[in-house]
Amino acid sequence: MTIDWQQALRRHGLIAAFGLFLAVVAVGADGFLTLGNILDVLRQVSITGTIALGVTFVVVTGRLDLSVLTLLTVIVVDQHNVVGPVGAVALTLLAGLAIGAVNGVLVGLLRLNALIVTLAMLSLLQGVTLWYSGGSNVNVAGAGETWFAVFGRGTLFGVPVPVLIFLGGAVVASFFLKRTEFGRAVHAVGGNETASRFSGIATARTVAAAYVVSGLATAIAAIIMGSRVMGAQNTIGQGYELTVLAGIILGGTSLMGGSGSIWRTVIGITMLGFIQNGLLLLGYEYYVQWLVSWVVIIAAVWLDLAAKRGRVLA
Amino acid sequence: MTALAARTRGAAADWLLRNHIWLFLALAVAVFSMASPYFLTVNNLSNVLTQAAFIGILAVGMTMVMINGEIDLSVGATLALASALAIGLQPAIGVWPAVFAGFLSGVALGALNGTLVALSGMHSFIVTLGGLIGIRGLVFVYTGEQALMIEDFAYTEIPEVYLGPLSLTALIFLALAALFQWVLTGTRHGRETYAVGDNIAAAHDAGIRIKRHKIINFTICGALAAIAGILLSMRLGTAEPNAGRIWELWTIIAVVLGGTRLAGGYGSMWMTVGGVLTLAVLRNGLRLLNTPNYVELMVMGSVLILALGLDRVLAARKGAA
Amino acid sequence: MTDTVLSVSGITKTFPGVRALDDVSFDVRAGEVHALMGENGAGKSTLMKVLAGLYKPDAGTITLRGKPVTITSPLVAREKGILLIHQELSLSPELSVAENIYLGAWPTNALGMLNKRKLRADAQRALDALGCDFGPGTRVGTLSIARQQMVEIARSQAFNADVVIFDEPTASLTDGERRQLFATIARLKAAGVGIVYISHKMDEIFEITDRITVLRDGQVQGTRVTADTDLAGITRMMIGRDLASYFHRAREDFRDEVLRVEGLSRAGLFTRVDLSVRAGEVLGLYGLVGAGRSELVETIFGLRRADAGRLVWKGQEIPFPTPRQAVDLGMALVPESRKEQGLVLGMGGRENVTLPHLASFSRGGVMDRGRERQVFDKYRDILDIKTTGPEQPVEKLSGGNQQKFVLAKWLCAEPALIILDEPTRGIDVGSKSAIHELIAKLAEDGLAVIVISSEMPEVLGVSHRILTMTEGRISGSFTGDGMTEQALIDAVSQPARRAVQENTA
Repeated sequence: MTIDWQQALRRHGLIAAFGLFLAVVAVGADGFLTLGNILDVLRQVSITGTIALGVTFVVVTGRLDLSVLTLLTVIVVDQHNVVGPVGAVALTLLAGLAIGAVNGVLVGLLRLNALIVTLAMLSLLQGVTLWYSGGSNVNVAGAGETWFAVFGRGTLFGVPVPVLIFLGGAVVASFFLKRTEFGRAVHAVGGNETASRFSGIATARTVAAAYVVSGLATAIAAIIMGSRVMGAQNTIGQGYELTVLAGIILGGTSLMGGSGSIWRTVIGITMLGFIQNGLLLLGYEYYVQWLVSWVVIIAAVWLDLAAKRGRVLA
Repeated sequence: MTALAARTRGAAADWLLRNHIWLFLALAVAVFSMASPYFLTVNNLSNVLTQAAFIGILAVGMTMVMINGEIDLSVGATLALASALAIGLQPAIGVWPAVFAGFLSGVALGALNGTLVALSGMHSFIVTLGGLIGIRGLVFVYTGEQALMIEDFAYTEIPEVYLGPLSLTALIFLALAALFQWVLTGTRHGRETYAVGDNIAAAHDAGIRIKRHKIINFTICGALAAIAGILLSMRLGTAEPNAGRIWELWTIIAVVLGGTRLAGGYGSMWMTVGGVLTLAVLRNGLRLLNTPNYVELMVMGSVLILALGLDRVLAARKGAA
Repeated sequence: MTDTVLSVSGITKTFPGVRALDDVSFDVRAGEVHALMGENGAGKSTLMKVLAGLYKPDAGTITLRGKPVTITSPLVAREKGILLIHQELSLSPELSVAENIYLGAWPTNALGMLNKRKLRADAQRALDALGCDFGPGTRVGTLSIARQQMVEIARSQAFNADVVIFDEPTASLTDGERRQLFATIARLKAAGVGIVYISHKMDEIFEITDRITVLRDGQVQGTRVTADTDLAGITRMMIGRDLASYFHRAREDFRDEVLRVEGLSRAGLFTRVDLSVRAGEVLGLYGLVGAGRSELVETIFGLRRADAGRLVWKGQEIPFPTPRQAVDLGMALVPESRKEQGLVLGMGGRENVTLPHLASFSRGGVMDRGRERQVFDKYRDILDIKTTGPEQPVEKLSGGNQQKFVLAKWLCAEPALIILDEPTRGIDVGSKSAIHELIAKLAEDGLAVIVISSEMPEVLGVSHRILTMTEGRISGSFTGDGMTEQALIDAVSQPARRAVQENTA
């Protein structure tokens, strides 16, 4: 039986490398592969992970989305003090959908360049955040009594709620991306937009919907964030957008679109989280993870590309 | 419509397409001159130019890379590293060797980015995204989370040289823009940079050394980011590990605002200068009017979207003409 | 001047599943215009790419001015003196004319600075040699297509090409521009350049060429002196096959009109097109490349906007549909380019087949893989598609099998009208035949069928009625005994202004 090494590498190389990494760190650091630590890591990545679930939809259509965690976190925290937790959650979800819709119109319908649009929106919404927060930090009033804390701080059967939301969200998102009409359309548009159009698929609407999903996911992440910190500075969550993208890329989803899966994203994001955690446990400073991530991302994507085209150098 | 009128309309659309940033700039200058008495003063404009110079120098490098059909997200981090080395190495090896070391770091990182892109065939977005994350890690490893401070404040006097209203920093920016505009129009490397971004298949068939050009352009970009970092360290007297965060995004905004296209093969240094100046004027003007920070950000975002839309409309019109 | 400039001998080139060139030999003399003719898929494009260094032949030799050469890349081809004028121009729009002419070979000094004066002067000389009316400093993107073509042709002067190959050069030119092109070609002739001229257009061939070589199915059918042959002779060589073997015409059983189009126009593409097709009928749409046929059907299908006209579907006038609405109404379009327009190459057969009808294969928005699998199996059997399974990415399949998947994807929803745009292009003979049989069966099953084809025997063999399209207009309608090769050729060779308006319904 001959093994197609190329295929095998592509499909399982990521997991194998990850397994190797885990093994190495487990040897070097105590307490790494304990249940407690694993849950801890998952909890830490649940925010970027949740965002990444939504951004994956956008990337599979071949576009980009730089998320706007900050604004939504500020909204949820602030509104909690105004209309209470239920209202705050509802408003935040709506806001996330609205932002997604705006991105969707600009990129999907007007066909403006995705990168520039999301950069512009980043700036615009940073402005809105500043305006809305009045430049000051917001805190959740009555932090001790509100049930709002459950999103970020609660546990259910020993599993932190954020992890449940992240992984539960992953199950739902994966279902939508893999098994529904919409998910099929997303893959088709990313794979060949012209052929999709020629097949009667409403490509503009599909792209727009992907952005709406992304906005919703970010809103959910913001709720977790706000609940965990029980406050929001107007700079909170800056820089997350790139970690999200890095995680998606590391997971093996192509930026060109047409391929990718939620579980790949989950693995990619989780890998980044374990790299951070493992390095910390080994005694390194938190910023060393960035260096390691750099090497890991380049190596992973290069190998994937090399496996696809059959040779290492371009 | 007569053929002449059609040609004229086509030529006008073409001119507008290439130079719309100057109209934006003129409009912005006009509006702010009327709105605030402090705007159109030599002192203010000189400051604006100096402040703009940092993003401006980054933008010159980014323009080279973008016309080549690529992108560099790591310029902010490279700036920070150069800045840190320029200050941090001074006690050990002296001012100018430290500055040179900072410069070299940018050259090396740029060359690394370019080589990775050329050899691996990976999209530069991914390669430089990795760089953005990793080089920032290098910065933190070197500075250890603390801002580095200069010991001898003579260092901060270095850029305090003026030619009339133009500071040394501003002059360096303009000189670099002029130098690289010349490279783009007068050298084989520059013209082939356009060719590669414009129609890579034709360039390949003509035997142009595509990989070589990419490596050179990324190296230039890294080197310029280092220069910006060194100048920043001279201006501030400190090197913060978080310096330059998000600056790559502003740089991209400035370049695209000016008219250079992300897709490659199209653009110029003058467009970039226009974009950088417009961005700086907008920020300065809004600040002089005491508009809150948030307005500035919102205006920036909206202007960029408008510029995108305009570019799309003009390009489509020209294609149909 | 009768020296042979270029001699090609025994060239063979095979791609997976298709022998594109089979022992091809021909030669070109200095100062001659040698036409290369053949139907789509005959091998002209492949031969040209071999000469231009884009493909390496599996066997055979190329000899230039008596010396054998190996052409490994376009750069080498240029060095050796062979220049290809592409149909899709190979220019950099942002650069100047001079820079484009000498792309890759600019004069520079030690510092890497461009020697602009020399470049400009050299380019000017090349432009003057061809009588061009624009300057070397012009940005190429601002020039018309015809002038851009001249820039490419000017490379022949710049690099002293001995052989210039023109690939369908007049596709996007006006009459006046075509005259100028012929004048340029005459100049090249006079200078002793050997010219290979690839074109479908018979009138051009007979006007400017000295000899004609006809390819069919990758083989040379013969080389004739133009003055000694005629339209019929060339056509016979191009078609050559027993027309009967192409005969797969459905028996005539026409029912109600399914589609009628009146006065359809779109600026620059087609004007005042009328057509109608009934259930059970196969309507052929014949014309040369560039006649506007694909654009016409894309407009009917909702992919393009129309400037004027009305659409009548099953007896009722309808507003121009979006592609989604067109599909839901019961229209199907098998597009010209299966890789770019017909399939998502990264997806498997199952996912491609169900793409236009996702709603039919889902329950409450969730895709029903079982049902998809059933449809995949059904059409894999009916159409005899060779694939390892429902998930094998279709990019791995041969052209014929890919095309069958495109057909399957439209057939599975039982459309009322199916439009096929060049359905057998680039497909091996065996699959071609299968597709023709299928077309006949579709008509007999009651579909209205429109077939666009540039292949004479194909369109004659499957159609009940043929409309010819010339430069955006319907130039003729033929049926029954009137449907002959000669009639079709005449109709499409006429310039538009002399288009015949016969409407034998």
